[in-house]
Amino acid sequence: MAPVLVIARLTVQESSRRRLLLALLILTLVVVGFSAWGFNKITTVRNNAGDLLPPEQVALITSQLLIVVVFMFSGVLALSAAVVAGPLISGEVESGLLLSMLARPLRRSEVVIGKWLGLAILVGIYAAGAGALELAAVDWATGYLPPHPVDLLVYVAAEGLVLLSLGLVLSTRLSGITAGVIALVAWLMGWIAGVVGDIGTGLQNQALENVGVISHLALPSDGLWRGAIYAMEPDTLIAALKAAGTFGRANPFAAVDPPPIEFLVWVAIWFALMLALSVWSFRIREI
Amino acid sequence: MAEVAVNTSAAASSPGAAAGPPAVQTVELSKRFGKTVALAGLTMTVPRGEVFGFLGPNGAGKTTAVKLLLGLLRKTSGDGRLLGKPIGDLQTRRHIGYLPELFRYQSWLSAAEVLALHCELAPLPRSSWKDEIKTALETVGLSDRANDRVGTFSKGMQQRLGLGAALLGEPELVFLDEPTSALDPVGRHDVREIIRGLASRGTAVFLNSHLLSEVEQVCDRVAVVDHGRVIASGTMNELLSGTVVRVRVTDLTPADKNKLADFGRVDVEGDQLTFANLDQERVPELVAAIVDLGGRVYEVAPRHQTLEDRFLQLLADEDR
Repeated sequence: MAPVLVIARLTVQESSRRRLLLALLILTLVVVGFSAWGFNKITTVRNNAGDLLPPEQVALITSQLLIVVVFMFSGVLALSAAVVAGPLISGEVESGLLLSMLARPLRRSEVVIGKWLGLAILVGIYAAGAGALELAAVDWATGYLPPHPVDLLVYVAAEGLVLLSLGLVLSTRLSGITAGVIALVAWLMGWIAGVVGDIGTGLQNQALENVGVISHLALPSDGLWRGAIYAMEPDTLIAALKAAGTFGRANPFAAVDPPPIEFLVWVAIWFALMLALSVWSFRIREI
Repeated sequence: MAEVAVNTSAAASSPGAAAGPPAVQTVELSKRFGKTVALAGLTMTVPRGEVFGFLGPNGAGKTTAVKLLLGLLRKTSGDGRLLGKPIGDLQTRRHIGYLPELFRYQSWLSAAEVLALHCELAPLPRSSWKDEIKTALETVGLSDRANDRVGTFSKGMQQRLGLGAALLGEPELVFLDEPTSALDPVGRHDVREIIRGLASRGTAVFLNSHLLSEVEQVCDRVAVVDHGRVIASGTMNELLSGTVVRVRVTDLTPADKNKLADFGRVDVEGDQLTFANLDQERVPELVAAIVDLGGRVYEVAPRHQTLEDRFLQLLADEDR
């Protein structure tokens, strides 16, 4: 097996043996169970006339609630990715675990890329597994399925990968806890900057709008989150938001348009840059 | 410049020594961390098949030298070669084993799995893994713990496991950085036997240690490093040519003891004076001098200098 794949396998194996996967699985099942129960309650709500809500209204409420639930999911994923990626390199340098391995015919780039790949597989599995489970539960409870479920899962997974990549870069130089905390704070700041950008859109203030644009370029997690939101919104909601004009765009839990293709290309470049930076930083690090 | 004399005859005489370029060769290899000089111009050659002891007090630069040679640290200047190839050559690492001073292995893997991982990274042919792992575990005495998680191992057992990993694939050169730091006396004896076994099959061993008795027992040649530079080197016979003389004497004042400086460095512990390096022929002269000063001599015990005596003498000379 190629050294990159050996390191990736080792990373997955570690998460499995340390019961990280089991913990996430149990937590996910608990959350999905509770949310299915909650979503099911929407179908039992009655209006002033004592009638059950019409299907369109159930779909609208469900889509909004689903956005909040998925925001929590993506938060858990981002947090987990940042916490796990933070000590990915530095932890093993500090403990000495990498010393005997790097004395083998193993390139440092293979260590970095292998570790990224291993965690990326875990992020992908978690996003796809937990996301699909939640969507299936919501569909069972309310009959509502978001219009673009695959896009949704891809955007959520990509958001996790952003945090993973940022944590990895920081991990090549900083201690695990420092790298993890910085990655988390950056994720939160990115989200807040996105909200500021929304406010700028609502107020038609170019300077505030630019804050959102720049933050999306520096850390694309919020931009990808907007893509996830768009994938969850029913067409009727998108039409209503568009009709509301600029004010329809000034909502951190709403998206009028899908992320532009230029942004998605930038995300791909951003990932490549982060990996290249991680490899370069680790290659010149003294161990 | 600190230079360790080339000793090609040692290579030729070592059992099983392979032909070819030296196991380790450095020229003015230096390392600085900011303003701190960790290694100052190390020039040395370790022939194949030789057990080479690299001695020094804590912080002398021993581990830095090993890490430089393995490409874990980047040199500031100078040059180094392992098995004839420049430092950092990936293919050369196929033939090198390394037990780090800071030994740590995946706690979530079993001992056999850690060794399998190193077989895979080495990389060794998969068909040989089973035998390699079995032999390594037997050699370091961990056969009965092969399937236990490393996380349940004591430090000594982890160090044994690290030694086993370093032996995989019959390397041509093995770096052992303080290989017995966590071991009990039985473990230390076992490591000495393992080192002798390596030497007998022609593997060069670069042994970093401050356990001098250990080095004295297994090394063909040693270099003593202090403050980042080599202060002495040679075979054991070359280094340990002097005689240590211990004298038990009373009725000497501190001033009287100072007058004995002509007989070389002397350590004073209560009634005991230890002359670190004195020609045996001068012992009667020393006793006469003490008696002239009014001292009452109860015992005179000359003995061959140990590596520890020589080591302390070298460091004391350095500090002057």
